[in-house]
Amino acid sequence: MKNAVGREIPEEILKATGKEPFQGNNYKNGVPFRRQGPLIRPVMDNEHSKLVKDIHEALVKCHAHSGMTVSFHHHFREGDLIVCMVMKEIQKMGLKNITLAATSLGKAHDDLVPMIEDGTITRIEASGVRGKIGRAISEGKLKGLAIMRSHGGRVRSLVTGETKVDIAFIGAPTSDDYGNLRGIGGKTNCGVLSYSHVDGDCAEYVVAITDCLVPFPNFPAHISMTKVDYVCVVDAIGIPEKIATGAAKPTTDQRKLMMAEYCTQVVVNTPYFKDGFSYQTGVGGASIASTISLTRIMKERGIKMGFGVGGLTKPMCDLLDMGMVRVLLDTQAFDLDTVSNVINPAHHRITAGAYANPFNKGAFVNRLDYVILASLEVDVHFNCNVVVGSDGVITGAQGGHPDTAQGAKCTIVICPLLQGRIPAICSEVTTVTTPGESVDIVVTDYGVAVNPNRHDLLEALQKADCVPLKTIEELRDIAYSIVGEPEPVQFGDRIVGIIEARDGTIMDVVRQVKDPDPE
Amino acid sequence: MEIKKAAVAGTLESSDCMVTVEPGEGEITLDLDSAVIRQYGKQIRKVIGETLKRLDVTSAKVTVVDKGALDCTIKARVECAVYRSADVRDGLPWGGVIV
Repeated sequence: MKNAVGREIPEEILKATGKEPFQGNNYKNGVPFRRQGPLIRPVMDNEHSKLVKDIHEALVKCHAHSGMTVSFHHHFREGDLIVCMVMKEIQKMGLKNITLAATSLGKAHDDLVPMIEDGTITRIEASGVRGKIGRAISEGKLKGLAIMRSHGGRVRSLVTGETKVDIAFIGAPTSDDYGNLRGIGGKTNCGVLSYSHVDGDCAEYVVAITDCLVPFPNFPAHISMTKVDYVCVVDAIGIPEKIATGAAKPTTDQRKLMMAEYCTQVVVNTPYFKDGFSYQTGVGGASIASTISLTRIMKERGIKMGFGVGGLTKPMCDLLDMGMVRVLLDTQAFDLDTVSNVINPAHHRITAGAYANPFNKGAFVNRLDYVILASLEVDVHFNCNVVVGSDGVITGAQGGHPDTAQGAKCTIVICPLLQGRIPAICSEVTTVTTPGESVDIVVTDYGVAVNPNRHDLLEALQKADCVPLKTIEELRDIAYSIVGEPEPVQFGDRIVGIIEARDGTIMDVVRQVKDPDPE
Repeated sequence: MEIKKAAVAGTLESSDCMVTVEPGEGEITLDLDSAVIRQYGKQIRKVIGETLKRLDVTSAKVTVVDKGALDCTIKARVECAVYRSADVRDGLPWGGVIV
């Protein structure tokens, strides 16, 4: 059956997952559902200790079993030690058929590949998968399906009970012996614990893992003792220098600077650019350069930002320090400056649910004026692909892309026309992650295309005459004239993963890759 | 043109390719490794084949390691490797078989 973005979703997948094909952004708007809750084991005895001596004891006390679902967060990013530490113990105990429900997986988790091969891990649910695991899934090594969902979509899947987490492992930079967790302080500082809140709310058992035990009460707690069953102290939960890098140096790449300038011109010449506007941007060179040039124009015109949200970087924190933004709402700290900026009283931590969950009574993304995003590919229908490489191999993550793109009034995707020989603007994206319905403007180094559904934005930019406007088809044609039209990648029949839309419907499927035919 | 000895042109930088030609055994054999083989494998083979034909090379062992080079780059690297292997350094036929 074809879904609303024209992708064929096979019956067998609809049947196996019980899901519907994607039917458009607001299909589930206002449709009621019953929130699911975990079984709670109350602690009334004042002699009760939550401390366990190691991961093994935690697993035993939480009744770890084959077929269970375990969850993790990715605030330690490439420095994460928790996932592999716990999964190795699970493998050692001989448990099989585990569903790994992480907020995201990456290079830090290459060691999981043998556990996929030996059947310890048979299902993966994550925002996306980078590194060797992505390749393993694309090669068909995972027995079950990989489900890729956005940050907001993940919160939805836990609160609706679609994903039932048996044990949540929350790596905490600091904890006391009763499970009050903070994202800041300690040896492995990551600033925030936003992605884990929902695990604290919805998992049957919650185990805190820390390498810095502090006196009770560890306050104000980001995740409360009222949700934590056990506390395990280990030597190290992460590698600090891989968690957050130093702030990215402003780029000197002329191509990126040009795209940044186009992006800034688009922002300041569209109707939402007025005092109190809201904004989210990413960590790419062009995004950061654009924030810097935007700051200059905000100062010239005396315009201040109402709020900035999302994964944050130094240029956004600079805005706060300069008094150019009223509040920052932080779900993830990308650099060390942002981690230390969290002490500013107007720099607030928010949960992934408040940020982006489509199934609450209104998330922050709904109140965004602008979001600046990147994409691996954008097609002539304005569909974006941020998960599967142009060679068909899973290599990225949805993150908050579909959440913010739907939420923001003006969604801008910055994308160089070519990535090496690969045309980023193409006829059909390899896999749809964000529907074209959510994407308003595409900024490339060869010009700017406006989604024809947005006459208002097109008119504003035509009137301002500030950027070279092209149609999306013209951009694609320029790309193909330089590099040639790519052949469609050959896939095998087996479906190895699904790209879930924010509301739990199926946006697209990912098939096993096939070696190209030798000639 | 006759491939007299092994010769190399190009680099392994992104958007370049490294072309090695060696004397063949009466036919052209091509060993292609490309970062974009799934999308452009056929096109790359076609460009290499056409370039060798234009240079009248009928016997060669050709090895190409491609890092996403454009057709014009692939063509130039093949031409350069062939002329190096034939020890031709002066009087290159610009505007002739090197189009």
